[in-house]
Amino acid sequence: MSTPFQVVVCASVVPDPLQTLEPITGPTGPALKNEMMLPAILDPWAAHALYEGANLVKKVAGSSLWLVSMAPKAKLQQVMMTVAQKVPLQLVAVDGPSSGFADAQQTASALAAAIRNIPGIDLSKLLLFGGWESASRSAGVTLQLVGEELGIVDQFQGVDAITPKDDGSFEVLERIEGARHQVSRCAGAPAVLGWATGSLGEPQNNPQVGMANMRTIMPALQRAVAAKITSDGLQYSNVATPKHQRETRIVKNVPADDIAKEIVQWIGQE
Amino acid sequence: MSNAEQNTIERTAIDVDIACVGFGPAMGGFLTTLSRKLLKEDGTPAIESTSMPGMPLQVICYERADDIGFGVSGVVTRAGGIRATFPDLDPAQIPMAAPVSSEKLVYLLDPTGASRRSFALRTGDRFLKTFRRFLPVKHDALELPFTPSFLHKKDGLVLSIGQFNQWVGSQLMLSGTVQIWPGMPVSEALIEDKKVLGVRLLDQGVDKGGNPEAGFTPGMDIHSALTVVGDGPVGAVSRDIDRRVGLPEGNDVREWAVGMKFVIELRPDVDLQPGTVLHTFGFPEPEMFGFFYVHPGNVASVGIFVPSWFDCPTRTAYRYLQHYIQHPYLWRYLEGGKLRSWGAKSLQESGKRGEPFLAGDGYARIGESSGSTNALTGSGVDEAWTTGSLLAEGVIELLQAGKPFTRENLAQAYEQRRRNSWLENEAHVAEKSRDGFQSGVVTGLIGMAAAAFSNGRLSLGGHPAKPTEHLKSLAEFYRGKFTQQEITAVEQDCALHGTSAHNPLMDLCGWPAIPFDGTLLVSHQDVLLMGGKVQAAGGYADHVVFRDLEVCRGCGNKLCVEMCSGQAITRSLEGVPIFDREKCVFCGACMWNCPETVDGQTNLQFRAGAGGLHSAEN
Repeated sequence: MSTPFQVVVCASVVPDPLQTLEPITGPTGPALKNEMMLPAILDPWAAHALYEGANLVKKVAGSSLWLVSMAPKAKLQQVMMTVAQKVPLQLVAVDGPSSGFADAQQTASALAAAIRNIPGIDLSKLLLFGGWESASRSAGVTLQLVGEELGIVDQFQGVDAITPKDDGSFEVLERIEGARHQVSRCAGAPAVLGWATGSLGEPQNNPQVGMANMRTIMPALQRAVAAKITSDGLQYSNVATPKHQRETRIVKNVPADDIAKEIVQWIGQE
Repeated sequence: MSNAEQNTIERTAIDVDIACVGFGPAMGGFLTTLSRKLLKEDGTPAIESTSMPGMPLQVICYERADDIGFGVSGVVTRAGGIRATFPDLDPAQIPMAAPVSSEKLVYLLDPTGASRRSFALRTGDRFLKTFRRFLPVKHDALELPFTPSFLHKKDGLVLSIGQFNQWVGSQLMLSGTVQIWPGMPVSEALIEDKKVLGVRLLDQGVDKGGNPEAGFTPGMDIHSALTVVGDGPVGAVSRDIDRRVGLPEGNDVREWAVGMKFVIELRPDVDLQPGTVLHTFGFPEPEMFGFFYVHPGNVASVGIFVPSWFDCPTRTAYRYLQHYIQHPYLWRYLEGGKLRSWGAKSLQESGKRGEPFLAGDGYARIGESSGSTNALTGSGVDEAWTTGSLLAEGVIELLQAGKPFTRENLAQAYEQRRRNSWLENEAHVAEKSRDGFQSGVVTGLIGMAAAAFSNGRLSLGGHPAKPTEHLKSLAEFYRGKFTQQEITAVEQDCALHGTSAHNPLMDLCGWPAIPFDGTLLVSHQDVLLMGGKVQAAGGYADHVVFRDLEVCRGCGNKLCVEMCSGQAITRSLEGVPIFDREKCVFCGACMWNCPETVDGQTNLQFRAGAGGLHSAEN
């Protein structure tokens, strides 16, 4: 029988990528214009981690799932309206910025502190999940730092699958170049897994799950601890949204290969 | 999947106390007023749930859109009802909100020569142009020296409905007393012997045709003592109830419009105060009213209404909206601006004559689908909010008295409140105010004024026709402008390329080509993505269904194609329309523009669905 895991998913809140994002310089440093107005979602990479975590918890009896997220409380609450419908979870809310410009070390410290304070947490059983980078700034370091602060040395990034074994060990697939996976066997928890997309589709919205989650989510939001995030010692030399170009053409009855060739050619243009 | 097949599927059911359908201003008003009475002063629940004994009252709201901030509306509102709920409201708390600072009514002349104008209007235009030196005519527009009192939004607010709904929703969620679930479309009401027992959520994990695939999850049945329906003018549940319960005798919903808007970031040198409000009429077609509202941060909402009494057989919105913003009077502010958002919705403008049964056994209706929009004052948000607030007062009264949600109790607690409110008074004044437009624009404007200043005692014109009743064929409408051969050539070309007929016909009428700049003036397909951020998750059935394709093949005008706000409905070579749900913005214009009926229902069915607009700035 598999050893139960305590799966903690660290997930940031990011602006819905469909929205218009404009970096500006605020009094405390870079920010997004009208950030509080923008609809937010759970970071897509971390969302995959959450679904994989929920799947693992279902497979391994006695396991538990927490979602630890740092964001302004109002934003987190808004995101929970959608996320809470997906999988059963226990929320640990940290009240802090979610613009993507917060220092990764400070963010990691706040998250690690929140994890240590989870009632009943046993770091020896911990599987720390998250996205291998976030969609807000893609620094790709926060999860590793959280793991280091918690003293976890077994870290995997670009994970697409975890397969638990009966003896408490597990097998991990990590992405490597050439569209291949490296297969690793880990003796057991604790470990850090920074997920790529995994292999599960997004769960459908389930109101029963949502209602059950809401009973714990609202109290968790009310208990949210404020994170100590400052911009001391951090200086951004330049902030810009990724350059993008668009061209739209509507075609009919054109073979997919021809369309693909034209797109490749277009991408290669200056 | 047929209805019979649907009813054989085993579905999970849950019980709640109050199931709410749709989250817009009406539901915001209902839930805000209700939630304030659900906790005692010490924070413990004031009312116990009967569906989950021992728990607080279970009030659950299911919203179709993927976020509560994705609605679309103008908005300028007197906000009387909203302020009654929030007496200390500071507009600065709500992004994009501003108090109305100035207001003008502007008649727009036609700078293109393509607009279809009656003899009376052409004469008037000629007079204005001839004597423009002596009249306040500038930039091809006449600023009227007054705004009629019925239209005035003095002391009101300019809002983004998306931001307003988001603000209201976040406060509701903070209260912890109600739950709001976006991305949860409701398919239909559960009705037995005209009693509403709850609602059914939409099936997930199905193909376009609604047939189960891997991952099929039947929509849950939500049983509730009270179902509050506030799903908007084209909501599936409200129309389902209307179809199965019927409407009060003599009532019919036949006056509609499509409202379509841009949200535009203005050039830095544009010096317009937040709260500037312009109401326009006269251009692009005389039938189309327009609006221009300035938000804080140098952003403006600009849009037009295309009404059902605009009898053009290829009536459309987007092309006209692009011409509207290029009118010299507006373009001086908008040129060089940047498109931030776009959206469209239908407006149900039948008012009292389109009112359904406001309440019945187990249900109550609020918001625009209950006929609350006032076409005379041109307002709907505050009216919708007030219907919700009034219902909540009635529901609290019934809950505290331990009375069931029967038709009689709701009639006394809610309907009576509504009849005694300012809503009813204003709705009576507005009832026939727009009838004159059935005879022409000038008659319509005179009729509006007559109704307004006589408090509804006077009106011009007769009972409105159905939206497609007076539609002419293309040959009749364009007689004298094009030959039948030219029209046939356009139709054949459109069928070959799957495009609408309105563009080539408007080109032939002399409407100038749109000078696309990729920033503000963009193609219709581009505006879906750049402006509306339109998308739809997989796993749901097509929600626009053509009941009998042979009927579609025989339909001459294909108005569903012309009026589709998202170009989600296109023509095919076979003569039948094709629907692409990933482009649909749920405006519902297709539904009220379908001229064909099968078994007493429109051939085009507009059902519950998922996806749509993903912009929170509309």
